[in-house]
Amino acid sequence: MKRYSLLLGATALALAPAAAMAERGSSGHLNIIYWQAPSTLNPYLSGGTKEVESASLILESMARFDETGMMVPWLAESIPTVDNGGVSADLTSITWTIADGVTWSDGSALTSADFVFTWTYCTHPEGGCAQAGNFDGVTSVDAVDARTVRVNFAESTPFPYTAFVGYESPVIQAAQFAECLGARAPECTDANFGPIGTGPFKVDEFRPNDVIELSANPNFRFPDRPYFATVTFKGGGDATSAARSVCETGEFDYAWNLQMDPTILAGMAAQGRCAIEVSFGTSVERIHLNQTNPDPALGDARATVEGGPHPFLTDPIVGQALSMAIDRPLLTEIGYGAGGQPTCNVLPAPALYASTANDACLVQDIPGAIALLDGAGIVDSNGDGIREYNGVPMRVLFQTSTNAVRQDAQALIKQWWEEIGVETELRNIDASVFFGGDPASPDTFQKFYADIEMYTNNFAGVDPQAYMASWLCGDMPRPQSQWQGNNTHRFCDPAYDALVAEMVRTADLNERGRLAREMNDMLVRYSIIPLIHRAGVSARAATLEGHRMSEWDSELWNIMDWRRTQ
Amino acid sequence: MLTYTIRRLILAIPTLLFISFVIFLIVKLSPSDPTAGLPLTIPPEVREQIRESLGVNDPVFVQYFKWLKLMAWDEPLHFIEGTTGWQVAPDGPRIISYQTRSPVMDLIAQRMPQTLWVVGTSYILGILIALPLGIISAYKQYSVFDQVGTFISMVGFSVPTFFTGVLFIVIFAVNLGWFPSVYNTTHVVTDWDSFVVQLKQIMMPVMVLGLYNASQISRYLRASMLDNLNQDYVRTARAKGLTEKIVVLVHVLKNSMIPVVTVIALNVPAVFGGAIITEQVFKVNGIGQLLIIAIQSGDVPVVQTVSFIFAVLIVLFSLIADILYGVLDPRIRYD
Repeated sequence: MKRYSLLLGATALALAPAAAMAERGSSGHLNIIYWQAPSTLNPYLSGGTKEVESASLILESMARFDETGMMVPWLAESIPTVDNGGVSADLTSITWTIADGVTWSDGSALTSADFVFTWTYCTHPEGGCAQAGNFDGVTSVDAVDARTVRVNFAESTPFPYTAFVGYESPVIQAAQFAECLGARAPECTDANFGPIGTGPFKVDEFRPNDVIELSANPNFRFPDRPYFATVTFKGGGDATSAARSVCETGEFDYAWNLQMDPTILAGMAAQGRCAIEVSFGTSVERIHLNQTNPDPALGDARATVEGGPHPFLTDPIVGQALSMAIDRPLLTEIGYGAGGQPTCNVLPAPALYASTANDACLVQDIPGAIALLDGAGIVDSNGDGIREYNGVPMRVLFQTSTNAVRQDAQALIKQWWEEIGVETELRNIDASVFFGGDPASPDTFQKFYADIEMYTNNFAGVDPQAYMASWLCGDMPRPQSQWQGNNTHRFCDPAYDALVAEMVRTADLNERGRLAREMNDMLVRYSIIPLIHRAGVSARAATLEGHRMSEWDSELWNIMDWRRTQ
Repeated sequence: MLTYTIRRLILAIPTLLFISFVIFLIVKLSPSDPTAGLPLTIPPEVREQIRESLGVNDPVFVQYFKWLKLMAWDEPLHFIEGTTGWQVAPDGPRIISYQTRSPVMDLIAQRMPQTLWVVGTSYILGILIALPLGIISAYKQYSVFDQVGTFISMVGFSVPTFFTGVLFIVIFAVNLGWFPSVYNTTHVVTDWDSFVVQLKQIMMPVMVLGLYNASQISRYLRASMLDNLNQDYVRTARAKGLTEKIVVLVHVLKNSMIPVVTVIALNVPAVFGGAIITEQVFKVNGIGQLLIIAIQSGDVPVVQTVSFIFAVLIVLFSLIADILYGVLDPRIRYD
């Protein structure tokens, strides 16, 4: 506890000496705008970023991730590790100790029973808990004593910081939600709209899909924080108007997720009223090459392993040529500005896991791509401008979701690919259908009834083990799995599966880093073409300070330290 | 007249049933998924559990009849209990929104005041501007007033509100700083100062919508007035020695109002329906915004319930329009 306070004190001092004088509520009122409005404040009933982040002002977990991806003890006294005995030697359990004196905003004490209840609540079979993934592999949660919680795993878990860590699995109050288990969860509207939390703020009023009014939690464990007395959390509109309300009219202090034309945003910021904050996490805009044959003539076997491999996209040379033809810096400049960096990795961060083996792709090389294809004997034999691969003309259908930035990128990529002799047909599908996962729809990204598709994916938290396991042979979407599965491009390599299995058994961080990099390299040579490492982009008023934007947690994770400049 | 009204109301029941079923099928069969908006980090098994808990996987007919039973019986009883305090509401499920997991009717009740404030005010304002504009434009056809009025109403009618809305924000909120660009939905009017604040924040959305409404109604009124001004009965009235004021405002206006009443009455449901685009631009949490967010996130119960309420209002107001014809023109009789 002492170390934690010292740490925070040091940070506050480093950021602004004036803050040492500040006390709870001294900064007055804070206006936050999220252009997607929160629908509920119970993060377990909606996994949307907007709900989980807004709830993070109220609900907290044992530990959070700071802007560098490092874990910071939050409700816990310290981070349990194998060294300090908090994680069992066989890696099957982790024991957390709740920091002394933490209370709920209603004044009652936070106890281990609340954590046990939270686990019961989210894993109830009828509840439809959106964060159930964070409790994967957890067999039980025990209350050892009032302040000690032990999470037990079914098997050895090298990265046990999933349940009750970060913003997706915060603790909820057992007393408040006791009657809301399972199918009764939606009946508890008052609790879902006004959860009692341990966080810096408490809910005064919640209007679904509109606005939240919050005020400082009088029982918050740090007597001098939060510095803001009240918060208005407004939702709705669009990214551009949200940016305008911070950078041009000054009605709001903080705007989230500004996916908009980077030149317009830069123009707004140039007026000096706001600062643009970016923070890189694990999001990568990438192109997937279908490894199975999506030919409609195959009927039900279309885009499945049974339908056979893709006529030409399984050849690494083709993938390499397609990758070399792309000018990633240009795509970044046009679509993302400061909010993106060209990347050659599907796993770009944390630094430990980021490979540098593929960085040659950062420079566009169309002559090189042409030479590569020519050298492999993939040439245009009938003079129609399209190369043939074993007699099959290289025509591809390239799909993505409907989104202005993606359509610009599609048009550019089409042009580059046609320069190397690959005819490209473009298609875009409404995001709610494309990402909808409806097994009856032919247009979902899992079904992949196209040759090539582009979208962004990422993983929550800082450990890539589950993410890298997405590309196991067994995780392909297929009719037998109702077209569910993460391995959308039907990648299958026994060597890759072996690396995944090895990572599950490996606890040493450096060794895990090596395995992850190796897996990344297998994927990007060349069935996934990574394009852009995307950042979270937000705007804050120039008068707001203490903000440390983390992509590894809620952007608002350290809101208790935010304050107005003196 | 009374039997006619009753007959029409009874006939409305099969119409509404049919409408509700069609809306349900359209919404249900369109490819949408309540879990589509969730981050990709949420695994498919969890998504499937969420869908299961929402009842999305039940057969379509089961879902429809569940909804119909709640809509026709339980929800009205809850409404009665809510307004009168009588303990009549049954315990049991209500129509629950997929997004908020709370009763849809509560969402509608919460949003109705904002919509009525903003859209209702703009509608009344639109009518108040349109009446004199239409009358004078027709009476002084091809005068400067008529030309200017025609120009303004053509602009108002043809420029979409998503353009005028943003234009107003750029001029009045960003450059001049007179009005806020974001509507504060928690603002409560308690005294003169807070009323001024309310007036300021309501000004831009009302003007944007009012311009559109005024343009539309004034064009109808002008055209209808012109038709009537050349009729024999107008010449007769003038020949009788009636003043121009009485000829125009009593004889001509009353007869010209018939088509205009249709337009006004049939647009009233739209007042309750809110203005999807304008509400979104100014972030007014009205019914229109509720509907568009629900559509985007595949929230079938909300889309279904809100559209059905529109359907009821449209059927109701077309009946009111028909009855008003009889009042305006004694020759129209329904019995």
